[in-house]
Amino acid sequence: MSRLGTITRRTFLGLAAVAAGGIAVGYYYYRKPYPNPLEDDLAEGEVTFNPYLKIGSDETITVIAPRAEMGQGISTTLAAFVAEELDVTLDRVKVEHGPPSYAYYNAAMLEEGGGFNFWDNSFTAETVRGMMGVAGKMLGLQATGGSTAARDGFDRMRQAGAAARAMLVDAAAARLGVAATELETENGTIVHTASGRSVTYGSVATDAAKLAPPSEVRLREPAQWKLLGKPQPRVDMLDKVTGAPIFGIDVRQPDMLFATVRMSPVFGAKPVRSDISAATAMPGVLKIVPIESTYGSGFGVIAENTWAAFKAAEAIDVEWGEPAYPRTHDAIVSMIADAARSGDASAMRDDGDVDAAFADAPPERVIESEYSVPYLAHAPMEPMNCTARLKDGVLDVWAPNQMPVLVRWFCSDIAGVPGERTNVHTTSMGGAFGRRGELDYAIYATILAKETDGRPVQVTWTREEDMRRGVYRPASAGLFRARIGDDGLPVAVDMRIAAQNMMASLTSRLFPSLPAGGSDPSITDGSRNQPYTIPNYRVSEIQVPLTIPVSFWRSVGNSVNGFFHEAFMDEIAHAGGIDPVEMRRKLMADFPAAVAVVDKVAEMSGWGETLPEGKARGFAFTLSFGSWCGQVVQIADTPAGIKLEKMWIAVDVGTALDPGIIETQMTSGAVFGLSAAMGQELTFRDGMVEQSNFHDFDAMRMHQAPEFEVAVLENFHKMGGVGEVGTPPAAPALANAIFALTGKRIRSLPLSKEAAFA
Amino acid sequence: MQLEVDGRQIDIQVDPQMPLLWALRDVAGILGPKFGCGIAACGACTVLIDGAPVRSCVLPVGDVTGRVTTIEGLARDGALHRVQQAWLDEQVAQCGYCQAGQIMTAVALLEEIPDPTDDDIDKAMAGNLCRCGTYPRIRAAIKRAAGNATGA
Repeated sequence: MSRLGTITRRTFLGLAAVAAGGIAVGYYYYRKPYPNPLEDDLAEGEVTFNPYLKIGSDETITVIAPRAEMGQGISTTLAAFVAEELDVTLDRVKVEHGPPSYAYYNAAMLEEGGGFNFWDNSFTAETVRGMMGVAGKMLGLQATGGSTAARDGFDRMRQAGAAARAMLVDAAAARLGVAATELETENGTIVHTASGRSVTYGSVATDAAKLAPPSEVRLREPAQWKLLGKPQPRVDMLDKVTGAPIFGIDVRQPDMLFATVRMSPVFGAKPVRSDISAATAMPGVLKIVPIESTYGSGFGVIAENTWAAFKAAEAIDVEWGEPAYPRTHDAIVSMIADAARSGDASAMRDDGDVDAAFADAPPERVIESEYSVPYLAHAPMEPMNCTARLKDGVLDVWAPNQMPVLVRWFCSDIAGVPGERTNVHTTSMGGAFGRRGELDYAIYATILAKETDGRPVQVTWTREEDMRRGVYRPASAGLFRARIGDDGLPVAVDMRIAAQNMMASLTSRLFPSLPAGGSDPSITDGSRNQPYTIPNYRVSEIQVPLTIPVSFWRSVGNSVNGFFHEAFMDEIAHAGGIDPVEMRRKLMADFPAAVAVVDKVAEMSGWGETLPEGKARGFAFTLSFGSWCGQVVQIADTPAGIKLEKMWIAVDVGTALDPGIIETQMTSGAVFGLSAAMGQELTFRDGMVEQSNFHDFDAMRMHQAPEFEVAVLENFHKMGGVGEVGTPPAAPALANAIFALTGKRIRSLPLSKEAAFA
Repeated sequence: MQLEVDGRQIDIQVDPQMPLLWALRDVAGILGPKFGCGIAACGACTVLIDGAPVRSCVLPVGDVTGRVTTIEGLARDGALHRVQQAWLDEQVAQCGYCQAGQIMTAVALLEEIPDPTDDDIDKAMAGNLCRCGTYPRIRAAIKRAAGNATGA
């Protein structure tokens, strides 16, 4: 089959979860704009121009930033898109998340789902990207993920601002009796310089909104930008330094009840014996109800306050059923490692003739290594929670979530009310890292809201429930081989990577009746699509049939393969006797953007300088989410253990929309990756996750954090993502530094199993 | 029982074993302190009692004898506390969930050590987890608040 045929079949099978029922709608639907959801809910004196903008006669300008704010700063950058073209400063603008609506589909999220290399601009690759974008629109996929929000909103939201500005100017021209071309805008005011007369946006908004939007708008050139390209104060900062009640857990409604859940920690199992009588009799407990869902089975405890609910949940006497996967950690790990060694593999990249290249390789020129990484929890600071109310045939769901359209879809079905009588209120999130792309918290809250006679109920999970009833970053194992040439560079690499199929896992939770076949490109993401030229280069996917729930975790497959691929590249460099940075320059020579990143981070860090005794550096590079990221970390051997002193990061994002936010996201992504690399691991016992809270699943603390220096480059012609890009190279940079310091090559995360950190 | 929270007397009728955090959040409606772990391992719930930082998720409300200060009680007469202002100036927060606890711990640190060293900051802040990795800016904000505006 042609590559196009293979890719689309594979991708659409893989995307069955989000695609259900949507594809058949037809092309005409794509051309037709979605209705503006803001029209239904305007305040007195307020008008709307498009799904991204409302202006009130009191001069209030409200921008809709329809992507979830989970810390990545997206609400600020999206608001800046509209504000830039509307010609207002950010402090003039009120930013809201807005309702769930198909109008806010994320085309960019699917565009890179076709499995093509990011740098591939061939007709086929571009055609598939276009088709995937159309699919995103047809499905109304309002989603936050894949580091796509800024790329997706960049044109659409600037156009929204520019169109509204043109309409406001036209209305002002009519009001003042002058030509529109004689008018200028200035931070919410329209000025007729010749006469000195002016009107405000608010005073002409009602007239302007009646005008037809211009068929064409001209966007500002980057050189004319006033907001974009410069660090902006975040629109959410004041709320966050004053403890404002902006999170899901802060939702308060009149007459609200509190609740928690106790779900089976054996994934897929049901209670085989239970006694809720003691728990039900506890003070403050109102009701304990069974919960059955595709996410799991267990109990919901409704009480007068969260603490009472927590105590009663703990007091439920229950025995859970057997898992459909091995009960012990060793057996689970062995299954994955065995699959990497001998499971059926499909090649996802296959350059040259790898088998021939290894067939006649002298044994001393071949290196072979086994790598592994564990299951990981997201562990955002805000534990899972959701608030729901089912009253008078209307369902309200206050959910910190990344998928509002799916939340509405599932919760309305559970509550038995139509979608148009279901209101999803998306709150700020205390971290998410992919966890809020799942729906369990919203499903449980809706189930419990059916039990409270119309009273709202806030369902808060304990940290233990959050940790042990997660949807995890899949564990993975890799078998990596390389043949080193006479010049020290690799002639051939063969990478076999085994993990669970994440899309199949997601489908089993969202659409259990659908078949879940096909490839999962995330298994090899970060190994199969890196900008290296090696004559014989094979990267294969091996699926492991475990049923532990797995899902998207910051940088997804790149979090696994960034480590495997870049730690192995360091091994190759060592075996070939070449400096690891110099080796990258040679192997990446076909990709100038990559070489520029390598050069920049080498220059910043002074790579190659002689370091004092007891200090060492490691380098790694990953292209992920369309951005090219190189990292160097310096570590020191101290009496207390290895200390991370400094990390240098260079990243090419194509177009830097907010350099301040990009810098913080690079740091954030790196800390996230380093936290996992240094100490995080989930282990299993009796089919249950053993870890339960931050005492045994910790993350980097203040005293462990290195100093950071970040350089943002704009060489590549396509814009890349930001939120996840800093994570993948962090673990291999650290592992490679430890090798440089100690001579010990650690191929299994977390590194703490073989190294002590200060 | 009577509690003094952010300069106000509040009357609260709950099981004295209930942790202060839940009494504040679910009963008194004071939402600034956040729930993160329930075992004093993350610091998101940090409040001050007579100026000392306390993890309110493990302290029974019945054991509280002093004046409680939460993030909501830091600003005075509409002006942010200097630590909050430093957080704003350094643009510290990302998701923001841990920041109330971080700020309360930093306030207590600066009361005790007006000009803390990096080592002092490390020791004081080690109990406050941030999953977004805002540590470099937290350090800079503490130094700014202390008067060393050029910090890290």
